[in-house]
Amino acid sequence: QLLVSVATPGCDGFPSLDSKESYQLSVSEGSMLLSADTVWGALRGLETFSQLVGRDENGMYYINQTEIVDFPRFPHRGLLLDTSRHYLPLRAILETLDVMAYNKFNVFHWHIVDDPSFPYESSTFPELSKQGAFDAVTHTYSASDVRRVLEHARLRGIRVLPEFDTPGHSLSWGPGAPGLLTPCYLGKSPSGTYGPINPILNSTYEFVSSLFKEVSTVFPDFFLHIGGDEVDFTCWKSNPQISAFMKEMGFGEDYKKLESYYIQRLLDIVSSIGKGSIVWQEVFDNGVKVRPDTIIHVWKESSPPYLEELANVTRAGYPALLSAPWYLNRISYGQDWMAAYQVEPLKFEGSPEQKDRVLGGEACMWGEYVDVTNLTPRLWPRAGAVAERLWSNATVRDLQDAYLRLADFRCKLLGRGVQAQPLYTGYCEHEFGG
Amino acid sequence: MGRAMGLVGLLLGLFLLPAVLLSTSFRHGALRTEPELAEWEPISDTVPEDSLWPLPQWLRTSRRQLQLAPGRFQMVLRTGSSAGTACGLLQDAFRRYYDYMFGHSDWGKRGRRPLGARAEPELLQLQVVVESLDPGCRGYPHLGSSEAYHLTVTEPVAVLKADEVWGALRGLETFSQLVHEDDYGSFLVNESEIDDFPRFAHRGILLDTSRHYLPLKSILKNLDAMAFNKFNVLHWHVVDDQSFPYQSIYFPELSDKGAYSYNHIYTPADVRLVIEYARSRGIRVIPEFDTPGHTQSWGKGQKDLLTPCYNGQQPTGSFGPVNPILNTTYDFMTKFFKEISSVFPDAYIHLGGDEVNFDCWKSNPEVKEFMKKQGFGTDYAKLESYYIQKILDIVSSYNKGYMVWQEVFDNKAQLKPDTVVEVWMGNNYAHELSSVTGAGFTAILAAPWYLDYISYGQDWKKYYSVEPLNFPGSEEQKKLVIGGEACLWGEFVDATNLTPRLWPRASAVGERLWSSRNVTNLQDAYERLSNHRCRMLRRGIAAEPVFVGYCAHEARGH
Repeated sequence: QLLVSVATPGCDGFPSLDSKESYQLSVSEGSMLLSADTVWGALRGLETFSQLVGRDENGMYYINQTEIVDFPRFPHRGLLLDTSRHYLPLRAILETLDVMAYNKFNVFHWHIVDDPSFPYESSTFPELSKQGAFDAVTHTYSASDVRRVLEHARLRGIRVLPEFDTPGHSLSWGPGAPGLLTPCYLGKSPSGTYGPINPILNSTYEFVSSLFKEVSTVFPDFFLHIGGDEVDFTCWKSNPQISAFMKEMGFGEDYKKLESYYIQRLLDIVSSIGKGSIVWQEVFDNGVKVRPDTIIHVWKESSPPYLEELANVTRAGYPALLSAPWYLNRISYGQDWMAAYQVEPLKFEGSPEQKDRVLGGEACMWGEYVDVTNLTPRLWPRAGAVAERLWSNATVRDLQDAYLRLADFRCKLLGRGVQAQPLYTGYCEHEFGG
Repeated sequence: MGRAMGLVGLLLGLFLLPAVLLSTSFRHGALRTEPELAEWEPISDTVPEDSLWPLPQWLRTSRRQLQLAPGRFQMVLRTGSSAGTACGLLQDAFRRYYDYMFGHSDWGKRGRRPLGARAEPELLQLQVVVESLDPGCRGYPHLGSSEAYHLTVTEPVAVLKADEVWGALRGLETFSQLVHEDDYGSFLVNESEIDDFPRFAHRGILLDTSRHYLPLKSILKNLDAMAFNKFNVLHWHVVDDQSFPYQSIYFPELSDKGAYSYNHIYTPADVRLVIEYARSRGIRVIPEFDTPGHTQSWGKGQKDLLTPCYNGQQPTGSFGPVNPILNTTYDFMTKFFKEISSVFPDAYIHLGGDEVNFDCWKSNPEVKEFMKKQGFGTDYAKLESYYIQKILDIVSSYNKGYMVWQEVFDNKAQLKPDTVVEVWMGNNYAHELSSVTGAGFTAILAAPWYLDYISYGQDWKKYYSVEPLNFPGSEEQKKLVIGGEACLWGEFVDATNLTPRLWPRASAVGERLWSSRNVTNLQDAYERLSNHRCRMLRRGIAAEPVFVGYCAHEARGH
């Protein structure tokens, strides 16, 4: 019998950034005890326990005498999935949550909409998905789909962090929300194409306010990711009304100021709804005045190098998340998990208080070349390298040992029905599809 | 109502025929200039579902459409020879293609839709006329087989003509790509005429079942995908250093000791299944038993086969390539290749001969002694050639032709004139093709098509843009390049990621090897490839996406 003892009740709640995930596991003859402060710690401990159970040649299950004291190094250990570049059927998302739990990931960053498609069915603005999804019937997430994801995640101690990225990355919002995007101009007349969200109209802020109100009720987590990355200024520059607005506001030719103006208002909207914001690093880089608890998400590998960016962000007093070296969509030949594993998020010059502001990081699986046909093998076991970097002690760095454990873990994943790809030459007792 | 409509439709059709002919488009591997597709536009919307891959040599389509009724449509075999009309291979193919065309929809469950609802005339039948059923029906495809076909799609009966059954298979694949389903669930096909044949006769995929074992299901799925792409050779790199999964009848210890485990083995029945599954798709199976290098796993079950390495006067306990100086080596190889020659029906066996590391030979005193006796000096390439020569002779004595990796040619072994040299080294492969063909040998190209070398982005374009005959050489030399192979080495590949890694990237190679040399437009290829990818998905192949977008039927199985 494994006795599970949890100090604080909380079965019906949602995990949060502050949740305690520590646990202790004690396995000896006649007694197996898993104790944790919270149910979330118990979940982590259960996963560990399940990994300790082995099976011998005679089919007998066994477990070694063990003492474990465990807790995560970083509280935010996330995985980003992109359901706009390619739609991902529900089962793919749910399966990914399962494997996240095996790896002790605790945040599902759902980059749900972007330029190519808008699969999120909004109750306030149903036209968004009706006009913006790849297919309004087969390639959307209904309210009940979203609820399923939330609950499936919650049961695994995983927070769901939705991202509605604006003002760029929003072309798919246009068809279902006429007037939202900036009309681009060719000389004096509209060219027929559109650019980022139009930051000069009141209707924009009414719209965004309503949408985010809905999003904040649908998604229970305290934080919302509001994006703010890669805003292309070309369209804004071409639009005469925007040029007029720039003059009015005294922004000169600095469109970063216009971008910041928009983001500022959006951040205010989000905090007035009672949510916290996570933004991509451009928001910080462009000097937007953000509240001190806004989390800055570092994603650029260079200009400046990401460690330098982490130093700058944390020195300025902001909490930070690291994704830059963990873009798992960027595949290459060979054992690239090693590069991910060797990342040291705190390898920058800074005070202990600064380093404390690095809350963790996220492995990102952008969807340009990824859908359900190749998602699982591309994610696992490579993301496992990131998972250990974010959970385990900073001193756990030996590649040889990690290789052996990760290869073994990969065989375990196969045993659990996960289509995880091989690390290198070799075999598992039971192959996939064997 | 139906019949009357049909007659009226026919009259209307005749009346409108001149107008229709005017809108007929000729596509002779033609270049089309299309507006630049915004990178994120979903392809599924804009590309006709009946676009073809690979593109036929000569193709004419009209806008005029014909309807097919799954319950009535038939594929019927006619033969030119007097040998009778029974051909299991083609009957199986008819069944398969029927499923590919109609099976994925639920037309059966929905109930028959009255054809009168549409004005198009009905296509009742595809008549398949094969000039000569023998030896194809029961025989095996070979390098010289004819894969040409002529397809006429017009009402009421479409006709597919081919010299041999292999051409009929290729034509069936093309026909199945022309049939598409509209938004109402009706099956349509455009009136067309196609004249087609492959540019290159050897269009292969290399699979490596030694670095990782591949379960049978995975290999068979891949053969299906190969047929969808008109590939016709499975180069089965079955054993290598890491494991020996091939269960030999004469030498069972090879796999007993050399396979990863007893569950990681191909029994004789497994091998027969692969060969037959391939044959029914017009695919040759060329096994590769690579020696003298790449043979660590052979040493586990065959003592004294590999060269013991030395440190000074002491054996180190480790082993190198096959030991070329012992008679027992050649006794073994004689018996082993006798088995291989009878198990694998193809006229060719791939003997490998690549990447032989000389260090171990150099360290072994007996080998050094042998080198002296033979007058090889310190040129171990001569020893390598000595060995290869003897293997080539052994295999020739079983009336098999052989394929070798380029080192065998580079190191100047004496090769039979019908040897096929496989050019794989990436550095200046055009120069190698010149040398190989200049010396009079046939060549196949693999160097630019190592699909195991993954990278971020649309690398299919790079594979598609290869022009195999872009090397300095005469017309006769160019004729000696008989084709190429897309290689999926197995260091980082097994059944969990094989299919998405191979497809649709290998499709780019497939078109390069089948279609005309001037079919090079990347924009057009992108559209057709994206559509072809969706088609493969519908047929149960988990081909990965080409770029941002979606397939209409992918979300099933929510």
